[in-house]
Amino acid sequence: MQPDQDTSLAATVDAPPGWRSRFDSRNMLRWESGLAVAVIAIGILGVSTSSEFLTGNNIFNLGLQSGEIAIMALPMTLIIISGEIDLSVASIMGMSSAVLGYLWGKHWSMLVIFVVILLVGVLAGAINGLLITRLGLPSLAVTIGTLGLYRGVANIILGPNTISNFPASYANIGVTGVFNSNLSFSAAVFIVLAVIFGVVLHYMPVGRSIYAMGASPEAAMFAGIRVKRIKTLLYIVSGVVCSLAGVLLTFRLSTSVNSNGLGLELDVVAVVLLGGVSIFGGKGTIVGVVLGVLAFAGIQNALLLTNFNQEAASIPVGGLLLVSVFVPNMATLTRRIRGAIARRSKATPSAVGAGHD
Amino acid sequence: MSTTLAPPREPSGAPAEIGSRRLTERVFRVRETGIIAVLALFVLITAVIQPRFVSSSNIQFILVDTAVYALVALGETMVIITRNVDLSVQSVLALSAYLSAGLFGHVHGIPIPVVFLVGLGIGLAFGAANGLMVSLGRVPSLVVTLATLYIIQGIDILVVGGNEVVASSLPAGFVDIPNATIFDIPWLAIVVAAVIGAGAYYLRSFRSGRELYAIGSNPDGARLAGIPVARRVFTAFTLCGGIAGVGGVLWAAQYQTINTSAGGTNFSLIVIAAVVVGGVAIFGGSGSAVGAAIGALLLGTINVALDVLGISDFWDQAIAGFLLLLAITLDRGISVRLAAALRKRSARDAA
Repeated sequence: MQPDQDTSLAATVDAPPGWRSRFDSRNMLRWESGLAVAVIAIGILGVSTSSEFLTGNNIFNLGLQSGEIAIMALPMTLIIISGEIDLSVASIMGMSSAVLGYLWGKHWSMLVIFVVILLVGVLAGAINGLLITRLGLPSLAVTIGTLGLYRGVANIILGPNTISNFPASYANIGVTGVFNSNLSFSAAVFIVLAVIFGVVLHYMPVGRSIYAMGASPEAAMFAGIRVKRIKTLLYIVSGVVCSLAGVLLTFRLSTSVNSNGLGLELDVVAVVLLGGVSIFGGKGTIVGVVLGVLAFAGIQNALLLTNFNQEAASIPVGGLLLVSVFVPNMATLTRRIRGAIARRSKATPSAVGAGHD
Repeated sequence: MSTTLAPPREPSGAPAEIGSRRLTERVFRVRETGIIAVLALFVLITAVIQPRFVSSSNIQFILVDTAVYALVALGETMVIITRNVDLSVQSVLALSAYLSAGLFGHVHGIPIPVVFLVGLGIGLAFGAANGLMVSLGRVPSLVVTLATLYIIQGIDILVVGGNEVVASSLPAGFVDIPNATIFDIPWLAIVVAAVIGAGAYYLRSFRSGRELYAIGSNPDGARLAGIPVARRVFTAFTLCGGIAGVGGVLWAAQYQTINTSAGGTNFSLIVIAAVVVGGVAIFGGSGSAVGAAIGALLLGTINVALDVLGISDFWDQAIAGFLLLLAITLDRGISVRLAAALRKRSARDAA
């Protein structure tokens, strides 16, 4: 009735063979090339519908708008590959933004504030990681809890106040790019971090360990991998990176308010899954996630320029997400549906029509 | 991997099986009593400090305020019990709220029950779409419903555009739904409680209801046991969608001005939080609809209690988040103990 559940997300890995074969490396490769084609198509669409698309100004805006989501997607990638999830990212972002605003309002020096925010990120991540690994709680539930908790801390710190008197030297990142180029500051940070995360995940032993624990936590443990320690570290890294994203967001908007970043967590998860990372863990690449980021940002930007209601960009994003989960499995899927229909028509020839429900 | 308890030995082991069922059922009751105790404690402390809290008008307010959350939590419970999750309820609710309440403006004199049926239909359609993809495609529900959350949200934005349903377009009978009372108890709360009661009874006592738990405890085992897993999961998602659709109509009756932000930014996650606080395991197989409803009531009560106590609203979310963490930590402790007790018992019966 109530088994001693293995509460990690990876518990679902012991699914029928069809579940697993969908995510084998050949299919992944296919998904990423498919996604690359989609990104190019979005680019062509953007260029053909608007002469603005390839202008430096637009590229700056594109990087500006999606930079923080892209940055938070990197640690999320590692966490999902390790078989867990972190839904508290946007709340950590909001909390660090609130701390920044609050302490700046109290006239602290910016350098000290940065150190405090770094500690806030470490602490937030450590709480997530320790609850999940040491108490063995499911990460989905824990991070829904800390989603409320950390956003709550932001609410308590700032209340209804808005702090916006940040010095221009910082707030400028919302107006000018790095070295006055068209590369927004957050996009530059994303590129640097993407390289670091890519190297760690794909070329370092710890990266292999992350795949191993996502594919099978027990096998990884028996192979001598410090599963709990690495997972805790991943959450701490996520906390730090998200608090950095919170600082970037605050300066870009030149505003610290308790609702900063509200609701972004699902965007971050969507970008990662769009990039072909398996929600069950053990599969996915940084290249895929970078392409996922480009697709996500590109769709929104292209629709913005075509006077389409930009917020309705969630339709193509959602559609692409569905494609990402169905296409790699198309062969298995059609075989199963065909099999089901065949079985039914054999059993009761009159019930063929019912096979569609 | 999940150390599923040894499959119960066949007929000769029947008494042991009943014994272990009693034990697990008792634990459920302990778990539900736990939340009720927390709720009672909260109400008691608040009432002592501020007697106004237990005034009938305030209790009415809490009940009405919680009704939609508790109702949607019932659908979400059905889905979560099968080891799935539905993130799209908030967008279904928002779209249903706009489309159904909008009917009052478009079709003059349309009867209120028809509007509820339309909301139900919209919800059932989206729920069925989710269920079809999850059960037939056997793809992870988290991804599918995240995708449909986006798609339905987008549809909502396109449909609503810059418009909104305004209170003046709604008939008096409709906007009075949250206010109607009998013996000072809101009708809305009674109806919602009855629906949740029926749902809980179905989950607890019907064969197909029990099968949802079996699917959540061990999907492969359920399939091998001959349970039509795909059909049950499909049904759970369809019902969940339908309930969210009705929730949308109730939302419209309650808030009256309906634009794209109906339900709020994190409605789905709040509902899931209520379900988990109420003792439903996030990875399926255990928990009850009544527990989930009490979970929703607890979160709603905290919200109002802070207000009454003069503590700023801004504390609300932090406390709710903390409670959720406390609840799952507690559950973990209970389930570890329970597994140990069951193991000991089956070892003793085997001897």
